[in-house]
Amino acid sequence: MSGKTVTRMELSEAVFREVGLSRNESAQLVESVLEHMSEALVRGEQVKISSFGTFSVREKSARMGRNPKTGEEVPINPRRVLTFRPSHLMKDRVAAGNKR
Amino acid sequence: MIRSELIQRIADENPHLYQRDVERIVNTIFDEVTDAMSRGDRVELRGFGAFSVKKRNARTGRNPRTGESVEVEEKHVPFFKTGKLLRDRLNGKA
Repeated sequence: MSGKTVTRMELSEAVFREVGLSRNESAQLVESVLEHMSEALVRGEQVKISSFGTFSVREKSARMGRNPKTGEEVPINPRRVLTFRPSHLMKDRVAAGNKR
Repeated sequence: MIRSELIQRIADENPHLYQRDVERIVNTIFDEVTDAMSRGDRVELRGFGAFSVKKRNARTGRNPRTGESVEVEEKHVPFFKTGKLLRDRLNGKA
């Protein structure tokens, strides 16, 4: 593993190379893709990107938790969490690429 | 929302771009994420979330149908952790 971190910058650089828009516009497009996905998820929609994966919102009900340090019981409010299920293609590519 | 709807929304917002370029833009973004993870890199998108690769150790598994033992090799799997801002937005806090 090379252990590098890819950020928005590398993604917009890739868009810039691929499509030939300005760097600034490429960065804005990366941002608006993330923003449209976030908005759909906040509306409670599933976001299904074929051959990439599926983001879904799950409702968690209230439960009693425990502060592991003090042992004290604390109520955990009901909340919404996001889960990502990678596609088979992604799983296969990640497994193949990281094989020793 | 599916990939084609996402492409359509971006296209509607950017009438100066060809639909096929919008398609390439969206596909490039997802391909870059997958490529990075197949190199073992982490992808950190502040406010949205982070994609990383987790190692699963080799183990002795069992075929649930036959009960037979099978050696499962070490493997690497994709993992996503939701960003703080998106987690808060999902819960109406931002």
